[in-house]
Amino acid sequence: MQERLKELQEEALQAVDAAADLKKLNDIRVSYLGKKGPITEVLKGMGKLSAEERPKMGALANEVRDLISSKIEEKQQALEAAAVEARLALETIDVTLPGRPVQTGNHHPLTRIVEEIEDLFIGMGYTVAEGPEVEKDYYNFEALNLPKSHPARDAQDSFYITEEILLRTQTSPVQARTMEKHGGKGPVKIICPGKVYRRDSDDATHSHQFMQIEGLVVDENIRMSDLKGTLELFAKKLFGEDREIRLRPSFFPFTEPSVEVDVSCFKCGGHGCNICKQTGWIEVLGSGMVHPNVLEMSGFDSKKYSGFAFGMGVERIAMLKYGIDDIRHFYTNDTRFIKQFKLN
Amino acid sequence: MFVSYKWLQEYVNLSGITPDELAEKITRSGIEVEGVEVLNEGLKGVVIGHVLEREQHPNADKLNKCLVDIGEENPVQIICGAPNVDKGQKVAVATVGAVLPGNFKIKKAKLRGEESNGMICSLSELGIDGKLVAKEFSEGIFVFPNDVTVGEDALEKLQRDDQILELGLTANRGDCLSMLGVAYEVAAILNREVKLPNPTVKPIAEKATDYISIKVEANEDNPLYVAKVIKNVKIAPSPLWMQGRLMAAGIRPHNNVVDITNYILLEYGQPLHAFDYDRFGSKEILVRRAKAGEKIVTLDAAERILTEDHLVITNGIEPVALAGVMGGANSEVQADTTTVLLESAYFKGETVRKASKDHGLRSEASSRFEKGVDPNRVRAAAERAAELLALYASGEVLEGEAVVDTLQIDPAVISITLEKINRVLGTDISIQEVKSIFTRLQFETSVDHETITVTVPTRRGDITIAEDLIEEVARLYGYDHLPSTLPSGSSTPGHLTAYQQKRRAVRRYLEGAGLYQALTYSLTSEEKATQFALEIREPIKLAMPMSEDRSHLRLSIIPQLLEVVKYNVARQNDRVALYEAGPVFLANGTEELPDEKERLAGAITGVWEQHQWQGEKKEVDFFVLKGILEGLFAKLGFEQKIEYRQAIVEGMHPGRTAEVYLAGEKIGFVGQLHPTLQKEYDLKETYVFELCLEAILSEEVAPLQYQSIPRYPSITRDIALVVEKEKVAGELESIIVEAGGKLLKDVHVFDLYEGEHMEPGKKSIAYSLKYFDPEKTLTDEEVTKVHDKVLTAVKEKAGAVLRG
Ligand SMILES: [Zn+2]
Repeated sequence: MQERLKELQEEALQAVDAAADLKKLNDIRVSYLGKKGPITEVLKGMGKLSAEERPKMGALANEVRDLISSKIEEKQQALEAAAVEARLALETIDVTLPGRPVQTGNHHPLTRIVEEIEDLFIGMGYTVAEGPEVEKDYYNFEALNLPKSHPARDAQDSFYITEEILLRTQTSPVQARTMEKHGGKGPVKIICPGKVYRRDSDDATHSHQFMQIEGLVVDENIRMSDLKGTLELFAKKLFGEDREIRLRPSFFPFTEPSVEVDVSCFKCGGHGCNICKQTGWIEVLGSGMVHPNVLEMSGFDSKKYSGFAFGMGVERIAMLKYGIDDIRHFYTNDTRFIKQFKLN
Repeated sequence: MFVSYKWLQEYVNLSGITPDELAEKITRSGIEVEGVEVLNEGLKGVVIGHVLEREQHPNADKLNKCLVDIGEENPVQIICGAPNVDKGQKVAVATVGAVLPGNFKIKKAKLRGEESNGMICSLSELGIDGKLVAKEFSEGIFVFPNDVTVGEDALEKLQRDDQILELGLTANRGDCLSMLGVAYEVAAILNREVKLPNPTVKPIAEKATDYISIKVEANEDNPLYVAKVIKNVKIAPSPLWMQGRLMAAGIRPHNNVVDITNYILLEYGQPLHAFDYDRFGSKEILVRRAKAGEKIVTLDAAERILTEDHLVITNGIEPVALAGVMGGANSEVQADTTTVLLESAYFKGETVRKASKDHGLRSEASSRFEKGVDPNRVRAAAERAAELLALYASGEVLEGEAVVDTLQIDPAVISITLEKINRVLGTDISIQEVKSIFTRLQFETSVDHETITVTVPTRRGDITIAEDLIEEVARLYGYDHLPSTLPSGSSTPGHLTAYQQKRRAVRRYLEGAGLYQALTYSLTSEEKATQFALEIREPIKLAMPMSEDRSHLRLSIIPQLLEVVKYNVARQNDRVALYEAGPVFLANGTEELPDEKERLAGAITGVWEQHQWQGEKKEVDFFVLKGILEGLFAKLGFEQKIEYRQAIVEGMHPGRTAEVYLAGEKIGFVGQLHPTLQKEYDLKETYVFELCLEAILSEEVAPLQYQSIPRYPSITRDIALVVEKEKVAGELESIIVEAGGKLLKDVHVFDLYEGEHMEPGKKSIAYSLKYFDPEKTLTDEEVTKVHDKVLTAVKEKAGAVLRG
């Protein structure tokens, strides 16, 4: 009996070894270890054995059974692993082929600049103020210290609808409206982006419609040095940490004193190049201290309150920043143009 | 204003300062120098020559063969094509080796077989704008007066050895429209002296007042009028140096009298006018407003019809000049003029501006009056002109002048405290520094403790309030010395409004969904203004449009987007998908501002998705665009309140357009462009939408609140319903949703069949219904009970039959 078991063990292990697939292996399991298998058969003859041999033989039979079982298990794992290998090999793809495109659009470059500036000033405690594009002459000019007879007011330069209503020529009327709403009480801290219109023929540097963004701060004790400090931060944020600014005296009816603000050239760093016309400086905005007449007309006591205002053309900033050579690109909306301003 | 560096030196010592340095200093202290032009840049080797002989070129009709003395040992032969060249003339000769503008090098040459050793030059060949060349030389070479010396540098004679600073003057700095004004400015910047001209005239015994009297009927427009009379003038060219200075300043020389008035205009900023006394027509000057319909022929030979807004100088009968703008042809100084009636006056800026605008005549004179001349220079300028007329036109100046003077000259006297100056600027300047700045400007000051009182000279009419004085201090103190600080007051929270935040979210969503942001014009043609408008009102028209294409304000964005789509399609730009958010303009009559309503519009055409190597391609269709909108409404949290209704919208495909309703209110539409319009724009199938952005962004949504995640399984039942073809999915869905009640969690279409296996006129729509109870696991019986209700409802309300 002992020999028969050894034989069976030998036979089974060989069969397991030879099994090429999982089905064969399962057949082997059934035929050797099943209820009708040869080991069970051998054990049926146990009754003929003596009382002390019986447990020994039982133990041996279990040993054989366990060995076969564990070998089958081992083989099964090997076969399964091989099957997985084979399947994976079949599933291999060319990972260098292009993926399925995900279509995305993006902001218009002017929106991009506007949002960048808005966010910078929101971080400094400003809110974003908006106003009508069709505006009253009063807010567009008069409230900004440009009375009807002022030489800087040429009807030829503005799109009038009636004598008293026009397309705003600047975003400054939003400042006048906002100040008026504040009812003579500060602080006012706003940034006003928007479309404006001038009676210009469209060419590479002129557009009858363009965008401006203006800022206004009115409070007690606002100084010109505050304007300088604020614009320095702005220049560094928008054009790079190394930028410096330079104020040049200028004239705007709604500010006094008035200054033009130049930023050190971000292309050449100030040594002189074609962008800065060899001067090292680029004019980016106009600003100044709010004219006392403007404060008074909007209901602020100019003895108690002072303020500063600044404004710039968004197209100009975008053209400088991205090296765009023709203002008409912004309104032609060629997708090959807009697409270039991806990152938000 | 073009400022000659050489000329300026007559009034301010500029030693040690180059033109470029001066330009930089002027720019930094307030007046932008837009450029510095070196007049003789790239020019050399041009000398005065004397034409000794001239004869016709033997082989060319239009050429002259000249023998020219150029101050060298032997005269040279030069071939010259100018029609006015002649024997005896003194001319500018570019000698062999000379260089002319454009790096044009003069070499020995043979012209039609004749040797030519140089070139006789016209002024434009020497780099002078042809418009500035005196008429008699404009078609040929320039002929010098006989007193020039052969061999001398011709460019020096013409004042071309100079540099010109081009000042970009802001509206307030009219004072710098004169050499004297610039001199004061430069002297202040450099802290140097100003030397003023000191005219000396030796009048003859005859009195000007015996020749002319003045009456002014419009004292408001003309508070000061000075007339001088100069006899026995000889009209001739003005001296070369004067012509040179005029040309460098952009003024064309005419003759000595006219040139002198222009020279004074440049020097003093005071426009003058010279009448021919004998052609004046009377002995009385009458200044008055014109009569309506009155006419004058001005010096430019144009007849101008006047109105009562225009101020005229008359001889008592008819106008002889449009005051401050241009003289009349009837009294013009001509070659035979012997007696000059010289006008120096103060005309009100507004009056001159009106006339100049009405007649489209902007002259050197009018632009100065418009900005305001210095009332204190009116007499001085006349005196200086008389001096020059005596010197350069051999004139005899009559004693005295005829004057009407009702002008009140009140120089501004302004007091300001040091504290205020430092508070506005954020500086710590001392009272001494402030005082010295005003002294440099030649403003009189008196200091009382920390208060400084400034008397502003009349030449600086732009300074009227304390803030103007602060600006003077700041610009001469230097903005570079200003500290950098930040506002120190109470802090304010910076933020976007909820509306602004949502608008940004909408943009980002649409871009994420594949649309590019476009920005188009608000102005469009009358025809396009109202196309596709969600709300139509009379379009707003500009009073003076620049073109018909940009004459009206838009009521819809779609027409503008279609132009953009067309542009891109024509350039083979693939996947054209755009949106724009912006206002449209709804009129409120002519008195009120229009309502500006923000719209959100989009347009897509062409291939929507293309997976090239997989060979898959998806053209845009209605449902692509609708899907984008559904996603938008879901993002904003009110997709449940949205409804799409089949609609007829002008310009849109009648079978493929839906109006969009939010909580029962129409907010816009989406659909295919009408094929006729598609053809007009050269487009394939194009889908557009336009929505009221304000309605979308203002729709209240419940504040965010966490909903517990379902703990019980849901049960899904699919049904296919056969209905009439006309029955719309939206209706079936509403019936299902209503009948399904609280347990029906979700319903969606997963199949639509209208093919051959259907009875004619019928279609099959398959829905997947998901039932769910948040409180417990639903039993099959419970679901069946509700589901049967649904089936009954669709049968009864929509005649739907369950497909076998
Ligand atoms: Zn540069």
